[in-house]
Amino acid sequence: MSAFWLLLLVLGIALVSYVLGRGRALSSAGGDIRNLHSLPVYYGANAALFVLIPSLILLMLWMVAQPLVVGARVQASIPAEAVSEGSTIGLVMSDVRRVADGLDLAVAQGVIEPSYATTSDTNLTEVRERLGDVGVALGSDISVTVLTAAQLLRETNASWYFWRTVLVVALALAGLGYAYSMTQKDFRARNTVERVILYLLIGAASIAILTTVGILFSLIFNTVEFFRIYPASEFFFSLTWSPSFGGGSELGILPLLWGTFYISLIALLVAVPIGLLSAIYLSEYASPAVRSIAKPLLEVLAGIPTIVYGLFALLTVGPFLVSFFGQNGHFGVNWMAGGTAVMTAGLVMGIMLIPFVSSLSDDIINAVPQAMRDGSLGLGATKSETIKQVVLPAALPGIVGAILLAASRAIGETMIVVLGAGAAARLSMNPFDAMTTVTAKIVSQLTGDSDFASPEALVAFALGMTLFVITLGLNVFALYIVRKYREQYE
Amino acid sequence: MTDASAQPQTSKHSGSLLEQDARTRRRNAKEARFKAYGIAAILVGVLALIVLLWAILSNGLPAFQRAIVQVDMTVTQEEFDAAEGTLFKTKEYEKLFVTALSSQMMAAGIDANFEGKALERLLGKVGGTIRAYYRENPDQIGEVVTFDLAAASRIDRYLKGSLKREDIGPDNRFIQPEDFDVADAMREAGLLKQVFDWNFITGVDTGVDNPGGAGIGASVLGSFFMMIVVLFLALPIGVAASIYLEEFAPKNRFTDFIEVNISNLAAVPSIVFGILGLAVFIQFMHLPQSAPLVGGLVLTLMTLPTIIISTRASLKAVPPSIRDAALGVGASKMQSVFHHVLPLAAPGILTGTIIGLAQALGETAPLLLIGMVGFVARYPDTFLGGLEGPNSAMPAQIYNWAARSDPVFTEKAWGGIIILLVFLLAMNIIAIILRRRFERRW
Repeated sequence: MSAFWLLLLVLGIALVSYVLGRGRALSSAGGDIRNLHSLPVYYGANAALFVLIPSLILLMLWMVAQPLVVGARVQASIPAEAVSEGSTIGLVMSDVRRVADGLDLAVAQGVIEPSYATTSDTNLTEVRERLGDVGVALGSDISVTVLTAAQLLRETNASWYFWRTVLVVALALAGLGYAYSMTQKDFRARNTVERVILYLLIGAASIAILTTVGILFSLIFNTVEFFRIYPASEFFFSLTWSPSFGGGSELGILPLLWGTFYISLIALLVAVPIGLLSAIYLSEYASPAVRSIAKPLLEVLAGIPTIVYGLFALLTVGPFLVSFFGQNGHFGVNWMAGGTAVMTAGLVMGIMLIPFVSSLSDDIINAVPQAMRDGSLGLGATKSETIKQVVLPAALPGIVGAILLAASRAIGETMIVVLGAGAAARLSMNPFDAMTTVTAKIVSQLTGDSDFASPEALVAFALGMTLFVITLGLNVFALYIVRKYREQYE
Repeated sequence: MTDASAQPQTSKHSGSLLEQDARTRRRNAKEARFKAYGIAAILVGVLALIVLLWAILSNGLPAFQRAIVQVDMTVTQEEFDAAEGTLFKTKEYEKLFVTALSSQMMAAGIDANFEGKALERLLGKVGGTIRAYYRENPDQIGEVVTFDLAAASRIDRYLKGSLKREDIGPDNRFIQPEDFDVADAMREAGLLKQVFDWNFITGVDTGVDNPGGAGIGASVLGSFFMMIVVLFLALPIGVAASIYLEEFAPKNRFTDFIEVNISNLAAVPSIVFGILGLAVFIQFMHLPQSAPLVGGLVLTLMTLPTIIISTRASLKAVPPSIRDAALGVGASKMQSVFHHVLPLAAPGILTGTIIGLAQALGETAPLLLIGMVGFVARYPDTFLGGLEGPNSAMPAQIYNWAARSDPVFTEKAWGGIIILLVFLLAMNIIAIILRRRFERRW
């Protein structure tokens, strides 16, 4: 029985258990719910939970364990000499799995008889053709060992599926019986049910931890794997980035880091003055009417997906810049060879970050106590002098925090640089050169069909690790600064 | 007193109070300049927005239009039988079509001599389309049938104005200068016209040989399936986590650790979530690559912090007196939360969820890593197939088109952005309406 139908069956048993539990509680109270400890619905829910929780846990464990145990048993049955030169037991096993899946599919579609799939004296080429008919393409010819192993796999799996169904249903029924025998009018059903709900809530809250753990594990394991086949000193200090999937690639991170920081720098040079000045104007000068129009307009920029900015960089800003700085451009300088450049990506990323900087700074400027402004104005300072000499110094830690958060955004931004910055990794000072960044290279190393064992693919995890560490460091530092500043005035 | 009056007037403010001295003027000028900087900064920001929107609309709107050639044609039974009897069947239909087209152009006063090559440059291979129509609708044989045939992509671009006559050299094998004359004449006669291209909205991706026929429909469906996964996972998990943290969590190390994790996850670059999805869901758990299911899972993890933060804010906004009242009449803590606090916080939670979904809808980078950029040229057949089968998503499809060199695909990418933004706009408007309509202030 497939997991889906088994799940439905267990849910059905739980429903029956709900009705039985509720009915028994009511009858034990003589039909008067005032004699019950909890509301009747809790007795039902309690009985249903006793069915669901143990059987679902068993089902889940079984689904994790079965492929491992059965796989190991089948693998042990394959004789060592069946693994040909240059191949590994893993490759043979993946062949076995594919054949077994193909046989399952063929039986399910009625192309071959179930008995045909289990007999050992089948014609090998015929099996291959039949599997081809149902859309399972097999690369090489099936050997006898693979076919017998696949048949063993199917048989073992079939018996395991049978026992899975039996045990899960038995456990569900046992839960039902136990809950039924337990249910009577003085049983504290609500407390049990609420405790289960509380554990569910805690579990949901822990998903944040699990996500972080998942991120760390997926980065660390693959990064360690990468450093095992590629020297770490080369990765961190080499000045060239030239991956080639044929082997012999040089994977130095420095050109990528340089591109990342250069683009982020330009983005911040655009976003910080514009964002900060507009925040100052909106919070100190603007009338409520202007503020209520200008602030949402700026914030629209934050709601636009990054792919839009990427396309804008590639197709609008890039050609526009080339028409000024490129060959035969209006300035006649020929600095820019193509539309994709550090400047293109930096400018567009700066536009994207304007609302980010301005709304964060706005909050921080508004948090500066009015008394400080009043004091300065009362001494005869003009409004701009008050802002420059009193408000901004008071808000400075918060603004620095906001800028750091913006920097972390810029470093982690992907789509704008993938489309707008170019693909060539180079160390250059010219902002009109195409360069590439850490995020763009993560994308290019992990898209396409590459196996995860080569250093060229694994390097993406090391890049991701670097990115994660840098952005996390910036965020923690920024939040620390902001929090420290807030304590002063609250 | 006498000393003071004996002092010569050394104060800088020697003139009248009503007259500004040089320093005051300088200070006031500085004030005006500073204010002007602020206005300029806002104007630059708004200008960037306007330029961005203008670029999107001016480049993207043509993608919704398509040039078609409308031809009335009658195929008699004898012609049909004769054509089916020959070896090159589509060639015969093409001949029939040329005859029909030529006679209509003659009637409109255009004297153009068609040969097969010119027809192919204008319309592509039409014989197959016509043959397929008559084979499927044999009852139409002998009747007058109006065919709407898509013009070649270069003619399409010529009509939209993005391809100029001067751009084409005499030895271009896709289009010849005289084709433009024919196209102009046909447009005059009303045979060639631009219509709204429904295929762009409902169609599927095409290969490089037919860029004009590409549509965004399948990837809209892919995005839709992902949003379903995100909604059904992120909303319950996010609400449950927020309820725990806001209502039940004791103040201890574990709670602090969760809080730190959530605030850090909110700032992790989206591409890192893509790496997580690749390593955990595809490498480790062997879930299918390119599937909206996996995309939805990754986006769920990405949007959870957003949803948790906004849900906690709306739970916090419910006054404690509501909880106290519920506890006072004998509800348990759990009952007070689920029966009273949660319903009151629901509008705020929904608003936050919709905004989180909008964010997830526009996200591209993680989808690239889990392989949702592949070429997908068909709709899924079943609901499960839509979740598990390979599909693309709107932003990934836009990226895919932008990466191709053909200018027709570039136009499609801009058009796709318009559709994406329309969805985002709709979601944000719903969120704003919900907030306006249901938000309660205590």
